[in-house]
Amino acid sequence: MSLIHKSAAELGALVARGEVSAVEVAQAHLDRIAAVEPKVNAFLHVDAETTLAQARRVDERRAAGEELGPLAGVPIAHKDVFTTVDMPTTAGSKILEGWRPPYDATVTRRLREAGLVILGKTNLDEFAMGSSTENSAYGPTRNPWDLSRIPGGSSGGSSAAVAAYQAPLSTGTDTGGSIRQPAAVTGIVGMKPTYGGSSRYGLIAFASSLDTPGPFARDVMDAALLHEAFSGHDALDSTSIDAPVPSVVEAARQGDVAGLRIGVVKEFGGEGYQAGVLARFHETVELLETLGAKVVEVSCPSFTTALPAYYLIAPSECSSNLARFDAMRYGLRVGDDGTRSAEEVMALTRAAGFGPEVKRRIILGTYALSSGYYDAYYGQAQKVRTLIARDFQAAFQQVDVLISPTTPTTAFPIGERADDPMAMYLADLCTIPSNLAGNAAISVPCGLADEDGLPVGLQIMAPVLGDDRCYRVGAAVERALADRWGGGLLAKAPAL
Amino acid sequence: MSAITRDEVAHLARLSRLALADEELDHFAAQLDVIIGAVARVAEVAADDIPPSSHALPLTNVYRPDEARPGLTPEQALSGAPAVEDDRFRVPRILGEEA
Repeated sequence: MSLIHKSAAELGALVARGEVSAVEVAQAHLDRIAAVEPKVNAFLHVDAETTLAQARRVDERRAAGEELGPLAGVPIAHKDVFTTVDMPTTAGSKILEGWRPPYDATVTRRLREAGLVILGKTNLDEFAMGSSTENSAYGPTRNPWDLSRIPGGSSGGSSAAVAAYQAPLSTGTDTGGSIRQPAAVTGIVGMKPTYGGSSRYGLIAFASSLDTPGPFARDVMDAALLHEAFSGHDALDSTSIDAPVPSVVEAARQGDVAGLRIGVVKEFGGEGYQAGVLARFHETVELLETLGAKVVEVSCPSFTTALPAYYLIAPSECSSNLARFDAMRYGLRVGDDGTRSAEEVMALTRAAGFGPEVKRRIILGTYALSSGYYDAYYGQAQKVRTLIARDFQAAFQQVDVLISPTTPTTAFPIGERADDPMAMYLADLCTIPSNLAGNAAISVPCGLADEDGLPVGLQIMAPVLGDDRCYRVGAAVERALADRWGGGLLAKAPAL
Repeated sequence: MSAITRDEVAHLARLSRLALADEELDHFAAQLDVIIGAVARVAEVAADDIPPSSHALPLTNVYRPDEARPGLTPEQALSGAPAVEDDRFRVPRILGEEA
């Protein structure tokens, strides 16, 4: 098997045993990127020289006898919303084109410390706002399963890079589903850790009470290894949880659901859901029963108002966070001809530098926070947030995890929802509740829809700091399905 | 009746420091009308006895000792600036000329 088809765990072990160098592994992936990137467009920045220099350092550290972790020498694609001192950081926006941050994000720093080799920065919906990566100012990323379709979003470059074997691992951020939805529609694993379990320091903010960094991988164990590598308390993030990282790698190894109580969310399914998605989901429910889990239906009535609440809370926070793009200290400046005031330059710069979805959300958030509307919109949305957390608390009294389809449909065609924001927002229907309540949730592949042959994701939701349960159930499903299929889902993907 | 008018959108754009073109205003006004109509469903939620949550986790303020620590150098801090003068950010005029 070629290096690019190996798992991150296998690559790390090969490098550790000295059977292959980190430089060779990095070069194999750079070659793959060169070959398929014109079709996929997963990356905004690739710099072979910087990548190979990082790989050489790992080989030197190893040669010097340094004890390195299980992912040392493994390449990774890094979402272009985390700051990196040695690569530009744009958040997919023209307002930050070419910007070189003066410091590394905590996630970036921990990747480097673990010896992971950063291949480049991946494409995303501008400022992580979107579900298709079509909102990137630098053109859409394409789904490796069908190049005419979206790879999900906002972390669509990261999901496509892993599904296209350009990288065994990638980072993402999940504010309303931006890791789980792209993972589902590209047939890979994507995890949203418990809010505060992974650091936001150096993550360009969209909605601070929701933004959560997390891993993408082709299998559950690889996702767990990456999760463990960059998670944990960070004094530089005041909302970081000061508690041990849940033992996710051990849970992925265990992969056993015997005796576990699993709740199917009653409110997710039915009208608006693609038949092929529901068929794969129901088969997976039966599979979990045959594996010894006790499956019951659980009602979470407030989940039906999660979407409207999210589209008030997230834009409100974004309208405040994006005020920092003021054309004064960094980024784009337009119209500074010596006659215009700072305020005029600011308004011209923001109009030129932000794309339509970002502008829509800034205006919507400004509206929801306006005096006179605050109580009816933002205030009500915050009450919905309380109700959703209560629904989760009640559900986790009865069951150990909740499950649902990750997305109502498979990957839709590029362009189909581009000018219909409400249709686009529906892609996050099932993922949003876990952002509002801050609990852990993962998406693992559960098959292909009959209508279009495209991947379907199973979402597993666990309590706050119960991240290990997501991996435990995810690994059990993955193993049972691999037995049934004779391999992973990605083996069924057409060659690029 | 529309949930939001074009004039309101123009006002919000001014508050948000977004110099939008007329066509953009027309376009956004129509889309925002649909979006606001849809998100207004949060009003259906039973009200008074439910406390609002601004955050998912029950966090209180986190403090650290007030000790000086190394930060960015002036060169690093100014490295992305659109314009620099005398080790400072150079900005367009803040006040009107008649002010």
